[in-house]
Amino acid sequence: MPLPRNVAETEALLSAHGYVADRALATTVFLALRMGRPLFLEGEPGTGKTEIAKVLAAALPRRLVRLQCYDGLDIAAAAYEWDHARQLMAIRLAEAAGTAEDRAHLEHDIYDRKYLLERPLLSALAGSPAVLLIDELDRADEPFEAYLLEVLADFQITVPELGTIRAETPPVVVITSNRTREVHDAIRRRCLYHWVGYPDAARERAILATRAPGLPERLSDQVVAFVQRLRQGEWFKLPGVAETIDWAQALMALDARELNPDLVDATLGVLMKYEDDLAKLRGAEAARLVAEARGG
Amino acid sequence: MTEGGALLAHLVGFVRLLRRAGLPVGPAETLAAAEALAQVGLAERDIVHAALRATLVHRREHFELFDHAFALWWRHPEAAALPAGPTEAGKPPPAARRVQEALAAERPGSSPQTEDAPPQAEAALAASEFERLQRMDFEAMGAAEIAEAKRQIARLVLPLDDRPTRRFRPDSRGPRVDLRRTLRTALRGGGDILALARIRRRRRPPPLVALCDISGSMARYAQILLHFLHALANRRARVSVFLFGTRLTNVTRALLKRDAEVAFEMVARILPDWSGGTRIGDSLATFNRLWARRVLAQGAIVLLITDGLDRAGAEGVAAAAARLRRSCRRLIWLNPLLRFAGFQPKSQGARALLPHVHEHRPVHNLASLKELVDSLSGRAEPQRRAA
Repeated sequence: MPLPRNVAETEALLSAHGYVADRALATTVFLALRMGRPLFLEGEPGTGKTEIAKVLAAALPRRLVRLQCYDGLDIAAAAYEWDHARQLMAIRLAEAAGTAEDRAHLEHDIYDRKYLLERPLLSALAGSPAVLLIDELDRADEPFEAYLLEVLADFQITVPELGTIRAETPPVVVITSNRTREVHDAIRRRCLYHWVGYPDAARERAILATRAPGLPERLSDQVVAFVQRLRQGEWFKLPGVAETIDWAQALMALDARELNPDLVDATLGVLMKYEDDLAKLRGAEAARLVAEARGG
Repeated sequence: MTEGGALLAHLVGFVRLLRRAGLPVGPAETLAAAEALAQVGLAERDIVHAALRATLVHRREHFELFDHAFALWWRHPEAAALPAGPTEAGKPPPAARRVQEALAAERPGSSPQTEDAPPQAEAALAASEFERLQRMDFEAMGAAEIAEAKRQIARLVLPLDDRPTRRFRPDSRGPRVDLRRTLRTALRGGGDILALARIRRRRRPPPLVALCDISGSMARYAQILLHFLHALANRRARVSVFLFGTRLTNVTRALLKRDAEVAFEMVARILPDWSGGTRIGDSLATFNRLWARRVLAQGAIVLLITDGLDRAGAEGVAAAAARLRRSCRRLIWLNPLLRFAGFQPKSQGARALLPHVHEHRPVHNLASLKELVDSLSGRAEPQRRAA
């Protein structure tokens, strides 16, 4: 499938696959596809950063290769690893067959591509066209960032024993960060940057319509009004869109038609995940927000 | 072609405007922006805005400045393209501040071993006098003594409280075998003896976050403590420094200036309330809400420097301190009042704080700073004063 030709087509493509993007995000995605640059998405947890990559993979369609980052992520886990057990076995077999004397030949044989285990980065470059999701890059450490920079610069990986492996079709790269650490400027400069914020009420209703189908319209309006008001307050952790969707689904499972204070108190744990926040919200504050949400 | 040329000229004008406002925009960004505009055209303002922002700006903190500049440029592209003119003089201070932050952004390559003070200064200081200086309260020091203390602080060997990471380095006596390297050497050598290549875990110091009270009651210590924090930030990777009085301010980037005086000048410029009252609860809560998740990852140690005197009557202190303790690996309270032998946490703030800290230590003279440094490096097992 060809890449979208303009921003409107990108918007349509994303929404056809269940992602309601605002204009700025659609523009940035469009540019990332056209210019072949990685997309760097920063934002609060639960605002749909990872989802973009999944939707792009479904829409283009390409296979999704996901690399979840963590502290200490190294080449063996991120790019490739030699299958030492099979290499040793090959050496034993060569010895048994009496062909181990030819060292140069043996060396050539055991550093063959078939003994190379592909990890996400290599897999995204080597196989069929892919969408490469590098999730939560802020969790990885600086040495990994430096290595990633090398890979993203030319979309190639050099294996010392084997040579350079280059992508025939460069992958579409989506990098996400929750800002638990500042990602280095060098990575940022390679990418197109977008901050994924909380959606406005209209867009959040549209998201609920696609992600929680069957939700009564009246309840949807109230849920969105409640969450939007909640986000105005000072909480340790604001609820993201993912929480709104979960909450809507929870309310549907309870056959709710409308918000009321008891119902909200009973289901708050879906929306807020910290005891301090829950203690502050439960009761009077929740009742006030419900009244406002029903009135508005 | 000419149309493209005019577009490029406009774009260059806009980039110049951004640079004047202090955004770090280089030629690579400009080229990317030109390519982006060629892709999306100029018909729709929203799209042009998004395209330029995605290519020219790399962090959210710069969005506000960018949006202002864009609004100006979209209306008067020619005016914005003018070189620095008379409007430059009336530039609002926040923008100037941004410029300076941007200048301070690039941290010079660290070379922690360089000694900046000549060794004869140390020799000149008689042992007894050195001893006296170590015991002397920061509060009671004169200008000359402060200057000497600063030199001492600059020479404190800063701690490397190493923690194991998940990375490995070659080590002939390491506990693990590096199969990849072993196999490669074995093939190269050609012998039957398999020399095992070994590796060991790399270690590195955890991030350090200092929250320093600079309110009225702490003002007399603030100068010397700032020197300590400056030395800390410049000698060690992953240090964040926040100052608070009634409000919390992140001064990390300003403190990362190698020259202490330049750094302090910048700190003074971005500080809203030097020597005002203290709101410990508010400040800690703000830190928890806005910064904890961004700077406390990977097992950070928090130094909370305050005397615990809170203007707001300790409101919210306990809750905020409890939350802070749970978010970091070690919470160390440095209290200049602790020098008095019979110190009892009488103030409400101190009483609220004490149950939640891992360690409670004095900071009022050089000796106590040295003890702190030892404790951070794990050399002396700290006596735990709080549960």
